[in-house]
Amino acid sequence: MKSGRLYVLLRAGFVVCFKPGVAFFAAMCWLCPALYGQDTASVKRLAEVQVIERTNTINITSPTPSQVLKGAALQRLNTLSVADAIRYFSGVQMKDYGGVGGLKTVNLRSLGSSQTAVFYDGLQINNAQNGQVDLSKFSMDNIGSIELYNAQKNTIFQPARGFSAGSSVYLTTKSPTFKEGSKDLYKATFKTGSFGLANSSILWQHHVSNATFSTLNAEYTHANGKYKFRYTNGVYDTIAVRNNGDINALRFEAGLKTAITDSSSWEIKGYLYDSERGLPGAIIENRFNYNQREWDRNVFLQSGYEWCGTVYSLMLKAKYANDYLRYLDPDIITTEGFSDSRYHQQEFYFSVASLLKLEKYWNVSISADYARNAMQSNIFRFVNPLRNTALVAIATQLKWSRFDLQANLLSNIISERTQTTTGKNIYKYTPTVAASWQPFNSEAFRLRGFYKSIYRIPTFNESYYTFVGSANLQPEYSRQLGVGFTFQRTRNSGILRNISIQTDIYGNKVDNKIIAVPSLNLQRWTMQNIGRVNIKGIESNLQSGWYVNDKVLINGGLSYTYQQAYDASTDAKPKQQIPYTPVHSGSALAGVLYKNYSFNYSFIYTGERYNQAANIPANYIEPWYTHDLSANWRQPVKGHEINVGAEVNNVFNQYYDVITNFPMPGRFYRLKMTFIY
Amino acid sequence: MKKLTHNYCYLLLAAFVLLTTSCRKDPKPDGEKTETIFDGNIASTIKGFYLLNEGNLNMNKASLDYVDYTTGVYQTNVYSSANPEAGRSLGDVGNDMAVYGSKLYIVVNNSNKVEVLNAKTRKRIKQIDIVNCRYITFRNNKAYVSAYISAVGDANAGNGIVAEIDTTTLSIERRVTVGRQPEGVAIVGNRLYVANSGGYSPKNYERTISVVDLASFTEIKRIDVAINLNRIVADANGDLYVTSQGDYLNIEPKLFVIDTRTEQLKKTFELGVRTFCLDDKYLYTVNSNGQKFEYNIIDVNTETLLNRSFITDGTGAKLAQPYGIAVNPVTKEILLTDAGSYVNPGTLYCFDTAGRRKWSVTTGDIPAHFAFIF
Repeated sequence: MKSGRLYVLLRAGFVVCFKPGVAFFAAMCWLCPALYGQDTASVKRLAEVQVIERTNTINITSPTPSQVLKGAALQRLNTLSVADAIRYFSGVQMKDYGGVGGLKTVNLRSLGSSQTAVFYDGLQINNAQNGQVDLSKFSMDNIGSIELYNAQKNTIFQPARGFSAGSSVYLTTKSPTFKEGSKDLYKATFKTGSFGLANSSILWQHHVSNATFSTLNAEYTHANGKYKFRYTNGVYDTIAVRNNGDINALRFEAGLKTAITDSSSWEIKGYLYDSERGLPGAIIENRFNYNQREWDRNVFLQSGYEWCGTVYSLMLKAKYANDYLRYLDPDIITTEGFSDSRYHQQEFYFSVASLLKLEKYWNVSISADYARNAMQSNIFRFVNPLRNTALVAIATQLKWSRFDLQANLLSNIISERTQTTTGKNIYKYTPTVAASWQPFNSEAFRLRGFYKSIYRIPTFNESYYTFVGSANLQPEYSRQLGVGFTFQRTRNSGILRNISIQTDIYGNKVDNKIIAVPSLNLQRWTMQNIGRVNIKGIESNLQSGWYVNDKVLINGGLSYTYQQAYDASTDAKPKQQIPYTPVHSGSALAGVLYKNYSFNYSFIYTGERYNQAANIPANYIEPWYTHDLSANWRQPVKGHEINVGAEVNNVFNQYYDVITNFPMPGRFYRLKMTFIY
Repeated sequence: MKKLTHNYCYLLLAAFVLLTTSCRKDPKPDGEKTETIFDGNIASTIKGFYLLNEGNLNMNKASLDYVDYTTGVYQTNVYSSANPEAGRSLGDVGNDMAVYGSKLYIVVNNSNKVEVLNAKTRKRIKQIDIVNCRYITFRNNKAYVSAYISAVGDANAGNGIVAEIDTTTLSIERRVTVGRQPEGVAIVGNRLYVANSGGYSPKNYERTISVVDLASFTEIKRIDVAINLNRIVADANGDLYVTSQGDYLNIEPKLFVIDTRTEQLKKTFELGVRTFCLDDKYLYTVNSNGQKFEYNIIDVNTETLLNRSFITDGTGAKLAQPYGIAVNPVTKEILLTDAGSYVNPGTLYCFDTAGRRKWSVTTGDIPAHFAFIF
């Protein structure tokens, strides 16, 4: 079986040769009419139907493509960080430098990782320094749901920042479920396993009053980060141990949430993340060991107020964030000792959003955000930039049961100055239109489409990093167009109880892409707006829930992405896939629930890629795919609960790189124990 | 219903098989590729030359190519095909290369090593470990290699070194501490001259050449020149041509001439030198004034800039990043590489003595350094 092509025996009895993507897509299309023709014969509400978890990662009515992982489906993944869970979504490329502490950033539909906004409990985690959020820092311990939206979230009642990114990831922490008559919920978790991992967390949720509860959550992670990797060309072949991958990280969160009246609510949250880690470098010839270290401290305080009336609704949000990053490189000895760079960032953010219900089917909204971002550093000649951003979005929504149209115009006003320059101003206006339509009487099938254009403002590093940054950079401009369908069916009888499918086709263009290029002056790199990328793709997701008998329930999901992302810069050769972007990628998830036990299997596939612009053998990266297995056991004990889980990840011990020369772990194990009181 | 259930099962199974079937190939050494780029001359005095592609930092893509003058054939990845058992590749960032005697020396900067190969068979003879090694030169059966670091993990060990390697035993015999982040090395008489950059401390660049007495192997003095020195070459008259890269902001890059008899600055050229090479009495320099590249020749006997370009057919304006240069000592043809965008394969050009393009060929990433084989 040669790469990319496989032989599949279909039930019809003939042998067909397919590209994997085509086959999967065909299989999905074939499935829909079969189900569509089914009659929901029984309306009898069986208890087991409720037990079958809606594994749905699909939001059928959303005009913008969305994928959701929450509740039990999220727990089944057994992932340590948010980054590991997001890999299961379609259309996602994860940049992963490996290990517990390795940088993990997400790139949706090849727009670039700095075009993805990450929201934590409704407010954006903004990194003005490099524009991307390291998802390895966000623990799965207290996450209740992960939502991913292409373009933007499917609502017009949101902060202007919600409209301002190419795509968005929303992380929402768990809401408590108190037992009858109990005012407190305690949860303690301990995880251990490969890489010298010791992770412990405690959660205390307290029912303060009828409509108010508080949350305290602390987590400590330690790992030595050691794992085996293989370094080979087929003749020279060695297994070595990754060094300098240790991490110590502390996370602490405290929150209070209250419903003041039936129609208004208020919440506040404080967050601290503090870590020290080694930075395992590139595994290159004659050099496997590194000494670089990094310290991160992220603190934020955020608050939100919401009032929902019959005609008018109001949302207020505010945030203060303070980030510190220190990078120590003992391999670079300056006249002041080891190279020791420190970066400080502060953000003040305030948002007001108003929604007006003009008619039963017609809403309009206006959102206005203000943010002030400042950055300081001790690196040579750093100009300490200060940015003021005003974002205003006006939006409208026309919604009937079978048709939903959302449109908005976003204005981006930016004023930036530095210690040495009076600065620059940027004014940009961009529109978004998205619609969802139910063409038939049945609610099961919907069509949708969207268009969005957006400007990505250059990051502080791109503009001002000493010697490399270019202060006169223009924003990156991206346009996205997507159409697709969603299909969902739930039944109360038969083996297959619920199925949902979504498939989208999209085309994106990125202009003025900011890339590093060698300068004319000397052997230095500078940032320039010279990149262009043309992207075309198909994404497909299938989720299903199966009922075997009262004791055995099965969930299964598949996702597949086909993507062409060609470099369309002026000097680029035609049809060259941009670096680190596979044409084919996909994932599969399956879970079996039997009494108090659950068994899960997950699979991820990333097709062949190239690590530099030219699609030539010297830049080729092999496909990689990992199989993960886990088992969980849940036991109620005198009204409390014990939960024990064990995992074997990368079962077949495949040695692979996501980023060239940053090897990923082979087979690894984890054990998890949770006690809920 | 039963029939339908079977359908689902088969389809899910099919999808599963599709997703799980192996698509990985067994790893194998980087392949050698050959192409004929000109008509060979069997009687050529110089048999051919090696071209070292630096490769981008952390990509592990330094590679060695060979151009055979007798056949006109260009061969890529000759190191990997001759030494598949030595490692996955030549290494990370090939920074300098030279032939001495029957051996080829390759300084691989980020792989912290000097590779010593049989110049004919390309078989590895020995790997010599030197942390952050930069440039190499030779005298009296000794190789001299500059390196940024004198001791790993010591914050006070900010000065660089030059290591002396015996070319027979291939072991390091002596070390001398020089300035911070030493770059180019050149020898006149019994003295080694080291261009110090101080590039790790932009607030406080070095501005000197270290003078090392080869007999005692000690630094005997410093010659003050200009900040951030980089390349250095010695002509037959005992003059050193040394480049300063300036501070990339206000202080312009320049080319200086030092007389080694007086060890004093003799002349200054207002040229932002990107790369240069000396052949006989001419120094070929590629310069940038920030707007465009110029391809100049300096007569080192008269120390004057000649009023002509060594590229005359307009090719020079098309090069994105002229990077490495060498002149065939017999035919005087000029070999010049274009590193392009650095992240794409580069191009090697050959120009005749009248400055017209003779041939060109696609190389590895960042083609940079040459070594002729007689």
